[in-house]
Amino acid sequence: MSKDNQILEELTSKEYEHGWSVNYETDEAPAGLNEDIIKWISSKKEEPEWLLEWRLKAFRTWQQMIEPEWANVHYPKIDLQALKYYSAPKQAKKPKNLNEVDPELIAIYERLGISLNEQKRLQGIAVDAVLDSVSVATTFKDTLGKLGIVFCSFSEAVKEHPELIKKYLGSVVPMTDNYYAALNSAVFSDGSFCYIPKGVRCPMELSTYFRINAANTGQFERTLIVADDSSYVSYLEGCTAPQRDENQLHAAVVEIYAGAHAEVKYSTVQNWFPGDKEGKGGIYNFVTKRGICAGDHSKISWTQVETGSAVTWKYPSCILKGDYSIGEFYSVAVTNNYQQADTGTKMIHIGKNTKSRIVSKGISAGKSQNSYRGQVQVMKRADNARNFSQCDSLLMGDRCGAHTFPYIDINNPSAKVEHEATTSKIGEDQIFYCNQRGIATEDAVALIVNGYAKEVLNQLPMEFAVEAQKLLALTLEGSVG
Amino acid sequence: MLSIKNLHASIEGNEILRGINLEVKAGEVHAIMGPNGSGKSTLASVLAGREEYEVTEGEVIFQGKELLEMAPEDRAREGVFLAFQYPVEIPGVSSTNFLRTALNQVREYRGLEPLDAVKFLSLMKEKMALVEIDQKLLSRSLNEGFSGGEKKRNEIFQMAMLEPTLSILDETDSGLDIDALRIVSNGVNKLKSDKTATIVVTHYQRLLDYIVPDYVHVLYKGRIVKSGTKELALELEEKGYDWIKEEVDSAATV
Repeated sequence: MSKDNQILEELTSKEYEHGWSVNYETDEAPAGLNEDIIKWISSKKEEPEWLLEWRLKAFRTWQQMIEPEWANVHYPKIDLQALKYYSAPKQAKKPKNLNEVDPELIAIYERLGISLNEQKRLQGIAVDAVLDSVSVATTFKDTLGKLGIVFCSFSEAVKEHPELIKKYLGSVVPMTDNYYAALNSAVFSDGSFCYIPKGVRCPMELSTYFRINAANTGQFERTLIVADDSSYVSYLEGCTAPQRDENQLHAAVVEIYAGAHAEVKYSTVQNWFPGDKEGKGGIYNFVTKRGICAGDHSKISWTQVETGSAVTWKYPSCILKGDYSIGEFYSVAVTNNYQQADTGTKMIHIGKNTKSRIVSKGISAGKSQNSYRGQVQVMKRADNARNFSQCDSLLMGDRCGAHTFPYIDINNPSAKVEHEATTSKIGEDQIFYCNQRGIATEDAVALIVNGYAKEVLNQLPMEFAVEAQKLLALTLEGSVG
Repeated sequence: MLSIKNLHASIEGNEILRGINLEVKAGEVHAIMGPNGSGKSTLASVLAGREEYEVTEGEVIFQGKELLEMAPEDRAREGVFLAFQYPVEIPGVSSTNFLRTALNQVREYRGLEPLDAVKFLSLMKEKMALVEIDQKLLSRSLNEGFSGGEKKRNEIFQMAMLEPTLSILDETDSGLDIDALRIVSNGVNKLKSDKTATIVVTHYQRLLDYIVPDYVHVLYKGRIVKSGTKELALELEEKGYDWIKEEVDSAATV
């Protein structure tokens, strides 16, 4: 066994490759959180009065709330008054199209492998690039516009489509929902807005790529996706951040509305800076994501691959209001070194004949702690509800932890709810078998982990699936023990 | 090809191999037989590089190189193949995917280009026929839910794909019915050449009817106590191991 430790020590884990940061001129709010800052942010974004009022209402609500501490994660308290709530790259004028965007900003995304140049793109993916607090560019807006699809930054949607924002903002995640949702509602920066009209199938993947650059700022994205009756959209979210010694807070809100016979697929590959090997620094990823299957026969699927952030706290959920609606949650959450995750989902069955499916694959390595927390709730009038949940944990080494907190709350006798859970280790026998066939240990681990996570990875759109596989292997480098 | 000199190995402080000496030349088939607990599987594991076993003395030279200094994956890449007695399952990883990864790593080690999908699949088709193995079995997760016979056939299929120089079959016949035994042995025989060598570890003479050995060695209490030709195997089949045990034990007390 001592030889194993030797090999472990010799293996170096790959540096977080997105840890670089760039210096560019920024427009920043002074540190602190009060009504003046909120007014400052709102005026910077040239928002209408009604939205400022909404923000202030959220702020006052938040002030009455107490910071929650029930999750199975431990972190030093964040000094919310020490953060800056707005930071944007200074641009000479508001760019009207890609050609007018500061090339230095485009270069940042190129470096991340995201091409904002419409000619250069290989796949049909429209990108909204969000840097710190603002969206810097959105591609393919015109192409999509011809189909009646709105895909733009949230700030732009407030100006161009206020009636849609007014109708749906806060309808799935009300400002009173929880502490961080209230905070987000008060100070949200930017995010994406997407509206798919009746009967339209969005022809390309829509994606937002969030990149944090500035230090000592909090990131509060707000994303709203509305899929009208019989429409379809597949949306991807990617995120990275620079390596810093201090922790940074990322408290986003994502709301999804699906009309009758509509389908929304929301995929996330999260690679926020996880903190260094000693657990210093890293992003706190506290996110509220919720979708409402409002119409009959609607469907919302959440797929997430969480590999980064120091602390992950999120429960993408589905409210199954429409009859015959379907909610799905597929997740691979990896924690290594000192990362902590408390993540899972909530499936609330309200309508009749609703179905939900939960597949959660946790992978813990190093000294990390990985918790699955899920709730399946079947309301009194939700006849014939069906749920299948599978929570698996894979432990790598003997200093990490995996925990499961399933809550099942059934109030209708016709419900069928299945729950399976497994805990496993990567067997030395399996590694040796691979070795004996000429496969090096690191590659064997990657092979086995990918096999373990396959059911979830198969849900991702192809381009993301390849990236996710690579990311899994990278995150787990040097973790076999 | 393989030269084992005075090999001593222990596990958790217990010495299992107590001075093994063995010479294997290219083109030869050597059978290792012996009663339970004699160290047969230990020998196979030590040659493959299993870390639980500690080599306390001796050396093993494979094609002029020090085998014991190499990591297990390097021994494999140099051409050593172990057909496991109890092949392990790897859920979510298909046999096809597994083999492609292995083959390309071996090729990279040998300075060859990786095989593209088309060439790989045609190589697979060729070898599948050799071991009468079905495509459907190979698309499933590696060994998951396979019967004993299917697992052993899969081992030989992998052997066919990786084309090793030295193959060590660890009780490949255990758990096989007559037909499976015939198929597996056929496969092994077809893969034999004057450039490869095979070490067959087994309890029973039956396998050796199909895979005919050039030499038979009896392992008892961690040492090779008797060597002979295939006739020795027939003698063991008739008389059992007791006569050898008595011979060895009485010689020790003299």
